[in-house]
Amino acid sequence: MTWPLLSLVTFLPLVGAIFILLVRGEEAVVARNARYVALWTSLITFVLSLFIWFDFRRGTAEFQFVEEVEWLPALGIGYRMGLDGISMPFVLLSTLLTPLCVLASWEAITKRVKEFMIAFLVLETLMVGMFCALDLVLFYVFFEGVLIPMFLIIGVWGGARRVYSAFKFFLYTLLGSVLMLIALLAIYFETGSTSIPELIETLALPRDWQLWLWMAFFASFAVKVPMWPVHTWLPDAHVEAPTAGSVILAGVLLKMGGYGFLRFSLPLFPEASEFYTPLVYTLSIIAIVYTSLVALAQEDMKKLIAYSSVAHMGFVTLGTFTLTQQGIEGAIFQMLSHGVVSAALFLIVGVIYDRLHTREIARYEGLADQMPRYALIFMVFMLASVGLPGTSGFVGEFLIIVGAFQVNAWVALLAASGMVLGAAYMLWLYRRVIFGVVRRPDLKSLLDVSWRERLVFAPLIVLVFWMGIYPASFIDVMAPSVEKLIADFEADIAAAAARDALAAQ
Amino acid sequence: MLSYDLFLALPELILCGAALLLLMVGAFAGRDRAVAVLWLSVLAMVAAAGVILFTDRPASGAFNDLFVVDRFGDFMKLLVLLGAGLTTILSLHFIQREEMVRFEFPVLLLFATLGMLLMISASNLISLYMGLELQSLSLYVVAAFRRDSLRSSEAGLKYFVLGALSSGMLLYGASMIYGFTGTTDFGALAEIFTAAKATGAPVSLGLIVGLVFLLAGLCFKIAAVPFHMWTPDVYEGAPTAVTAFFAAAPKIAAMALLMRVLLDPFGPLLAEWRQIIWAVAVASMALGAFAAIAQSNIKRLMAYSSIGHVGYALIGLAAGTAQGAESVMVYLAIYLAMTVGTFACILSMRRKGRLVEGIDDLKGLARTQPMMALALAVFMFSMAGIPPLAGFFAKLYVFLAAVETGLYVLAVLGVLSSVVGAYYYLRIVKLMYFDEPEESFDRPLAGEVGLILTATGLVIALFAVLPGPLFDGAAIAAQSLVAP
Repeated sequence: MTWPLLSLVTFLPLVGAIFILLVRGEEAVVARNARYVALWTSLITFVLSLFIWFDFRRGTAEFQFVEEVEWLPALGIGYRMGLDGISMPFVLLSTLLTPLCVLASWEAITKRVKEFMIAFLVLETLMVGMFCALDLVLFYVFFEGVLIPMFLIIGVWGGARRVYSAFKFFLYTLLGSVLMLIALLAIYFETGSTSIPELIETLALPRDWQLWLWMAFFASFAVKVPMWPVHTWLPDAHVEAPTAGSVILAGVLLKMGGYGFLRFSLPLFPEASEFYTPLVYTLSIIAIVYTSLVALAQEDMKKLIAYSSVAHMGFVTLGTFTLTQQGIEGAIFQMLSHGVVSAALFLIVGVIYDRLHTREIARYEGLADQMPRYALIFMVFMLASVGLPGTSGFVGEFLIIVGAFQVNAWVALLAASGMVLGAAYMLWLYRRVIFGVVRRPDLKSLLDVSWRERLVFAPLIVLVFWMGIYPASFIDVMAPSVEKLIADFEADIAAAAARDALAAQ
Repeated sequence: MLSYDLFLALPELILCGAALLLLMVGAFAGRDRAVAVLWLSVLAMVAAAGVILFTDRPASGAFNDLFVVDRFGDFMKLLVLLGAGLTTILSLHFIQREEMVRFEFPVLLLFATLGMLLMISASNLISLYMGLELQSLSLYVVAAFRRDSLRSSEAGLKYFVLGALSSGMLLYGASMIYGFTGTTDFGALAEIFTAAKATGAPVSLGLIVGLVFLLAGLCFKIAAVPFHMWTPDVYEGAPTAVTAFFAAAPKIAAMALLMRVLLDPFGPLLAEWRQIIWAVAVASMALGAFAAIAQSNIKRLMAYSSIGHVGYALIGLAAGTAQGAESVMVYLAIYLAMTVGTFACILSMRRKGRLVEGIDDLKGLARTQPMMALALAVFMFSMAGIPPLAGFFAKLYVFLAAVETGLYVLAVLGVLSSVVGAYYYLRIVKLMYFDEPEESFDRPLAGEVGLILTATGLVIALFAVLPGPLFDGAAIAAQSLVAP
């Protein structure tokens, strides 16, 4: 295959955005056109990305669909794109969630529709590009560029405290990532290369360097994930963002941090990763237990789900740094599962928010009476979030705990307690909102989910069960890459140990 | 040989001849010819740029080595001519509306531009001072061009008094350097310093004092902290079109001058001056970032923003390598595009014919004038250094130069202050996009303003697609200044 599939998938949404930008005319007509253009562009992008899924060769850890064009030849910085088993599923996750977000915003967004759709399509380009990038500078461009559309999405179409949240989101994540920029430049200076595959194979930095650079990368990824204690931007951003913004934030943007650990921290700085493992374990466990407890105390639905995201992402960082096959596969799987489930949960909140314009849990009761279909959909995703066997949530958390048991039983035990707490706050949320007797008059006249809304949830429900019942179709994709990651890591550690032994003599 | 020397200085001669000629035209043809004079002066700048681009002037000295032609100078002269030309065009609409239609205005800008070109080409402390004063004297007058406006006169006077002080310091420094070395020629100075370094003899204290005074004078011209105090007042007080000119052209010329002085004659003394530039860079970035937060006037805000940008550019200079020089040139080129574009927006902020300057006047611009808001947002994100816009690549490159010479602390301080700086750039985006609109600005934009706005906006937004040419050009230019 010679045509540049990855570039096509990456930049097609941008073409759609430019097209919308040029649409002029009456406001209502422009809004309708913008919606349809955005929907079709994102759908075509999704269909194209399916080619990636089917053409992807399983059983190899190589980078595939590789593209390489000179970009800044004087510096050796290139436009390099490519996918391996770790990044490929995330591209599909991004291209799947974008059309769903467009659909979910169909009626929810009424003002400045044109700008909203442009921001969303630009966001898709940047997200997909980030997962495809195989060059440090290119990666950084996409990674950081995401801030611009997301800042606008939160700030323009958000809730009451949107300005505060948008600034907090932007400055927090910017502060994290600029330090990574310096680290990237240091790596480039040391090696003269910015090609990620090349660096993964060849980079061998002295130990003290690794410790510094790892910290710089960690500052960036920990804020993105987000890990305790730098998670405080997330609840604010989620609560104020419009539904579609929350969906993308939880569904894809949080994964950028987890992906960064797998793509950079582990392969580039193996000794430092080993050194800092206790730190990551500690922060992950605190995230799992503490934010679960915080979630129990929330009165706002979105905030509850936001805190549950922090807890679930705590599992991801834990699994990543177990450095076992199961742990890392579990971490990737958990990210995909969380991408689907938390996205769906935010959509679920969005459905009733569109009807009553409040997210306060106490305002709802007994929705099962008027909205039985809604209650069913909610139940599926609630149970998936809890990690019920048969749903996607179970596989990821199970694998992570299996991985954790191999390295440290206490860590596994504490992480498992987080699952119990997770069940507590989700079931309690479900009970308060869905069950009970309806007393409020406005709740008696609610309409059940519409056809458009069912259309949004259908693919997500299919995915939740598919991933839960037959996880092999996803694990097979990532297994060779994960195996290689761990083998490289162990080889590097062994080499470092041999070097130290030699120095000791 | 004289004719050869004249050929080397052809761009300057064109500007000089055009300025003198237009002075006569203006004086005899009367006031109503001012617009024609303006266009003719732009034409002269284009002609000078054309000569630089399309004639093959070999790199060599002229006029007994008072004047030097090299690729570095050519690159910087093109930037200055571009900046001066674009801001002159931007001023057209402004001077018509603000009753500043006098033929002296474009002629003075032309003389200032001539002074800048001479500064860039100076290779002797005497010719350096000559070029600098020609530029400064013209600019003092333009800053106070609106005699009937108190603010404008104040700005001009302030600029003059402080500028004269800085020129004095510069001259004093130059005289010290002459006293301790016996020469004012850059080449001879470089030989003396290289020889001194080779023998390992310590640099004499008097020479260091001379260098410090010289640097103080030059830092004043580029508005670097702690010699920045005049900038906010002059930027705010001067007529907006003049402010645009100030922010674009003289800054680049003064930076070029500083680069040439430090990297050419004083190159061997890198260890001595690096610490000064280091401190000035950090102070400028920090002040630019923090002081801008509290501003409510957009011209003042741009003044602090330009102080911050000078700080970033100085990071590249502190590296003292060819790579560092290249990064400064790239930075200045991108800074030029962002600044011209932003001032095109500021010049379009008119309500009922009156110019408004408050940041709050931008409220809801995304609703009333979406395209202008989009362009300004692009400039703001770019100035904050967010990829994929051009400003990011500018910052990337200076940080790279710093990392390569081991200036890690400087690089880290730089990125941290860029986060603080991002706050106030975001504030403008917030006003335009998040807030409810107020009364719309006058429409439509003047044709040439809209054109420049679109062009600079596209350059900044699409820079990432084809960054190669600028980087290559800067690399060639840098190598003529610093041996790689």
